[in-house]
Amino acid sequence: MKLKIEEIKHIAQLARLQLSEKELVEYQKELSSILDYVATLKEVDTTKVEPTAQIGNLRDVLRPDEVVPWDKEEIAAALKNNERENGNIKVKRVL
Amino acid sequence: MNLNELTIKAARVKLDKGEISAQALTKACLFALEQKDKDLNACLMVNKEGAMQEAKKADKRLKAGEKGGLLGIPYLGKDNLMTKGLKTTAASKMLADYVAPYNATVITKLQAAGAILLGKTNLDEFAHGASTETSAFGVTKNPHDLSRVAGGSSGGSAAAVAANLCLFALGSDTGGSIRQPASFCGVVGLKPSYGLVSRFGLLSMTSSTDVIGPLTKTVADAEIVLSVLAGGDKYDATSVNSTYVAEMKKVTPRVSSRLAETITKQDLKKSIKGLKIGLPREYFPVDLDSELKGVIEKKAKMLADLGAQLVDISLPYSKYGIPVYYIITPCEISSNLARFDGIGWGNVQVETDSLQEFYQVNRGLGFGAETKRRIMLGTYALSAGYYDAYYKKAQAVRTLIIADFNRAFSKVDFILTPTSPHAAFKIGEQNSDPLTMYLEDVFVTGASLAGLPAISVPAGEVTVSGDKKMPVGMQLLAPRFFETELINLARNLDK
Repeated sequence: MKLKIEEIKHIAQLARLQLSEKELVEYQKELSSILDYVATLKEVDTTKVEPTAQIGNLRDVLRPDEVVPWDKEEIAAALKNNERENGNIKVKRVL
Repeated sequence: MNLNELTIKAARVKLDKGEISAQALTKACLFALEQKDKDLNACLMVNKEGAMQEAKKADKRLKAGEKGGLLGIPYLGKDNLMTKGLKTTAASKMLADYVAPYNATVITKLQAAGAILLGKTNLDEFAHGASTETSAFGVTKNPHDLSRVAGGSSGGSAAAVAANLCLFALGSDTGGSIRQPASFCGVVGLKPSYGLVSRFGLLSMTSSTDVIGPLTKTVADAEIVLSVLAGGDKYDATSVNSTYVAEMKKVTPRVSSRLAETITKQDLKKSIKGLKIGLPREYFPVDLDSELKGVIEKKAKMLADLGAQLVDISLPYSKYGIPVYYIITPCEISSNLARFDGIGWGNVQVETDSLQEFYQVNRGLGFGAETKRRIMLGTYALSAGYYDAYYKKAQAVRTLIIADFNRAFSKVDFILTPTSPHAAFKIGEQNSDPLTMYLEDVFVTGASLAGLPAISVPAGEVTVSGDKKMPVGMQLLAPRFFETELINLARNLDK
């Protein structure tokens, strides 16, 4: 199955990746060949098989939704990478 | 013998007796790092001062009479594990200057145990690869032959242990990333059961298979490290505690009830008589390199000579392991790596006017080729109209792969396979087609998809060219949470 270059552009758009013309062509070729390879799964009959949702066998791991104290220095360090205004993280205009 | 060449066990005896100090041991490792790592590129960062401070603290504790465990033992951590105040780059340009504000739980546990963090090891970018060639900071070279790869993605950790730059190293294994480099570098690599070790502070890649585990010089050492790492963690909802593990071992449906009821009572360190070890024929295909096959069979025979019974078994869905893995993994990657938007962390390369453009430009520049390839693949497989055909289908086949193992473990106690179909390849040799690199994982994805514990132990050497020989590993698998039994079995193979 060969993906069209428009499809590659669309995937890149969905993935928020800016790709060069060269990358678009490379990924067109490589993604197509990988998809051809994984298509071997089609030969497996899975009509009566439940897809694996998790392998942990755990269910409902819950904890109270409470604010807990955290090391002040760690909080400051975690927010260091952001541009901030009045204690909030500043991002560009969305609209 | 230089101190850095010691196993944990040997160093332990000397530290406890007061024959050596943690500072002397740490200095020996730092010296080896300085001498050898220029050639190997196993490490992305060495924390000389911090390590010496930690060593000083360990010596104080030793002087105060504290003994055992990992107190005073120097190690290296894979650079996708958060280390407070130190760079954590995941070998990506995206995180080139990122300093973690907190420690991963495994790092916290090792610190409390008195282990000494020497620095951080190289890996494939975000652990995406099987050769450490996708690292944004250069390839790690194999200490046995500098023209060859160390494997991956924990290539830096494997090379560092093989070259005695540390006493042990931490790796992460998503689809073979501890076991395959261990095989290539001739060291021991243990992938624990899914959930046994907390992943809090590990950069998420494929959350449904990611685990953290040790790379060591001996199986006995792997056991010591695992005993410190294992355990439930309130910060990782998928991690489990020892009570849960004990319960699971009892109820695991039919999965080797023989092993659960009888063999666990037997001390496998002393005797493996009567054990049944399955050799799946799909892992010994006709086109498998005959010299490698011979090496594995010879090693398997060692277990047979000790009283184990080797049984021919079949895991018919094995051939779908790679296609399943290379759908599920990119899907989870595309989701997990969405957080790298250039805002919360990471390097901003280019300023733009609009938010969308900012994301696109900075993600496009920050990620390397393989990471982008996987994000693209996953985004496609999860996008409208393709979800059922790819992701859901892969998860259904995964169910069949898990059922394969369950069936096998009703007949045998352990499974034995080669870790990799060949020894370490030349740098650049497998770069032309990404699919070639994906096929590297052929024998290692199964245990990951099923969440099983698996260990790679050095099996011997095979000829790679002329009279040049390189190490290869043998893989042993056990039912989920049977790592104690797995380790005890493998300990019979320690030299």
